[in-house]
Amino acid sequence: MTQLNKHAKQLLAPIVSNKRVGQYHQIIINIGEIATNCKPGNFVAISVGGGSSSMVLRRAFAISRVSTSTTVGGTMELIVAPHGQGSKWLCAQDEGVVLDLVAPLGTAFGIPTEPVPVLLVGGGYGSAPLFGLAELLNSRGCRVDMLLGASTGSKIYAPMEGKRAVNSMRIYTEDGSMGVAGRVTDPIAEIIKDLNVAVIYSCGPMPMLAAITKITNEFDVIHQCAVEESMACGVGICMTCVLPVENEDGTISNLRSCIDGPVMDGAKVQWSKVGQQI
Amino acid sequence: MTALDFSTTIGNAWFPAPTFTASGCASSGRELAQFFPLREMGGVVTKSVMSKMRPGRPTPRMAETPSGMLNSIGLQGPGIDAFLAKDVPYLVEQKARVIVSIAGETVEEYSTLARKLRSVSGISAIEVNISCPNVENRGLVFACDPEASRRVIDGVRRTIGGELPIIAKLSPDVTDLVSIAKGVVDAGADGLALINTVLGMVINVDTMRPHLGGKTGGLSGPAIRPIAVRAVYQVHAALPQIPILGMGGVASGKDALEMILAGASGVSIGTASFGNPTAIMAIQDELKQLLIDRGFTSLKQAVGFAHRSIEAE
Repeated sequence: MTQLNKHAKQLLAPIVSNKRVGQYHQIIINIGEIATNCKPGNFVAISVGGGSSSMVLRRAFAISRVSTSTTVGGTMELIVAPHGQGSKWLCAQDEGVVLDLVAPLGTAFGIPTEPVPVLLVGGGYGSAPLFGLAELLNSRGCRVDMLLGASTGSKIYAPMEGKRAVNSMRIYTEDGSMGVAGRVTDPIAEIIKDLNVAVIYSCGPMPMLAAITKITNEFDVIHQCAVEESMACGVGICMTCVLPVENEDGTISNLRSCIDGPVMDGAKVQWSKVGQQI
Repeated sequence: MTALDFSTTIGNAWFPAPTFTASGCASSGRELAQFFPLREMGGVVTKSVMSKMRPGRPTPRMAETPSGMLNSIGLQGPGIDAFLAKDVPYLVEQKARVIVSIAGETVEEYSTLARKLRSVSGISAIEVNISCPNVENRGLVFACDPEASRRVIDGVRRTIGGELPIIAKLSPDVTDLVSIAKGVVDAGADGLALINTVLGMVINVDTMRPHLGGKTGGLSGPAIRPIAVRAVYQVHAALPQIPILGMGGVASGKDALEMILAGASGVSIGTASFGNPTAIMAIQDELKQLLIDRGFTSLKQAVGFAHRSIEAE
């Protein structure tokens, strides 16, 4: 058996910058040499609230991109929505504040061995890790198209420089305030046919991932999705973040989204059984 | 630096340090091995294992609460055969000291599990978890019933004979913990693990329904520490010769020292590891220093120190 949490390191890492971008915060953290081990799809677990906090659990955030060649050394970027107590605390931290973090954790998106057409689908700030992934896929010669969706325009995360690595980017909002009015899943079947898409990479809320799986089941296309389940530890010891996943023998097991995920094979996740007794 | 004997014993099992994982809070140890060598702590108490593979409860399984959390895992696990084939050999290979925790639905299941452990080498002790709150029928929480508790421990003791130390893990959700502790010790327990989580509930005010898939869950973390310290203190007062593994919200060396002073011979760290994978190592170092600072030359001198009257010093 391979070593679990291989490459994961716990370190004290200073915030390099913290900027508000629409409804989100872009937080850059100096993580030194571990940046070289962070791959698109991996996440970081950060201690929140300071030493005397009543928040006893770490918070997990998708690593949206890393840079190994900045003036301060290796850095990671997080796109954080200040929703809960922990993420609000993180978004309120200034440059220079030192964070206790564990990274990289979890599985990464698999990169095709051949340059094939791929489609990236992001929901809300779930789109953040897709831009680093797009750059990597683009550098391997893949044609990369991207779909971004949210309930409303202000929840779309699409940095200008993110468009460089993609062939096309289409935005869908449910209220029609940005891009096309509708759901991000609406055009997927057509795009798969038109572009002969081989792999779909997705990141966002569970209903979106489930809806994509329903579409990809009709085609010969791989669906790699990054799931979000609430986690207590992020390192595989608490067993809270499980999802029902089909095993090779057809049986179903509750797998940890921190160890066997967050990137999982969408076709194997039993979306209809999430939250059910198996 | 002053020399300190940091070792502890439970029955005939010796441990170089009094620091352990809490069952259910370190899986089978493998996940933490990336962060520190497992042999550097006192011992790994593995996640309570049952006879058969068990999928556990539906999600959501967790809710963070002030200074704590509720969990509702429901003893998800691989079953004893897969556990013995994969997990115990790994821990032995890591030179970790192993306490295997078992859980059953019937008195017979506990005995069956004990039979499977009897001939396994590399195990220091057995924890008999009779107090997991996350089971369908509260009537099946053996540790809430003195007679049922006694029968489980008696069955395990008869099955494994007199060699492996038995540690009974008890619930704080009882009126008279001391009588239950006395019952399991009479039935053959060599040590006690105090306390399991406290039964609790969170209601989601948006859905207006219980938040957890299993509706109720076990409360852990610093929120329950005073309950744990009280439990250890009361039981140590009644049974001063019985080693206790104290647990419940231990997150620092100071917290660990509180447990030791109350009467624990060792401490288990659970929820603190969720918040910090290296918590056990930090707690171990801090506890060692606190003992030295107070002039102790052995851990054993500090066990139950809080029970001494001031005049006796």
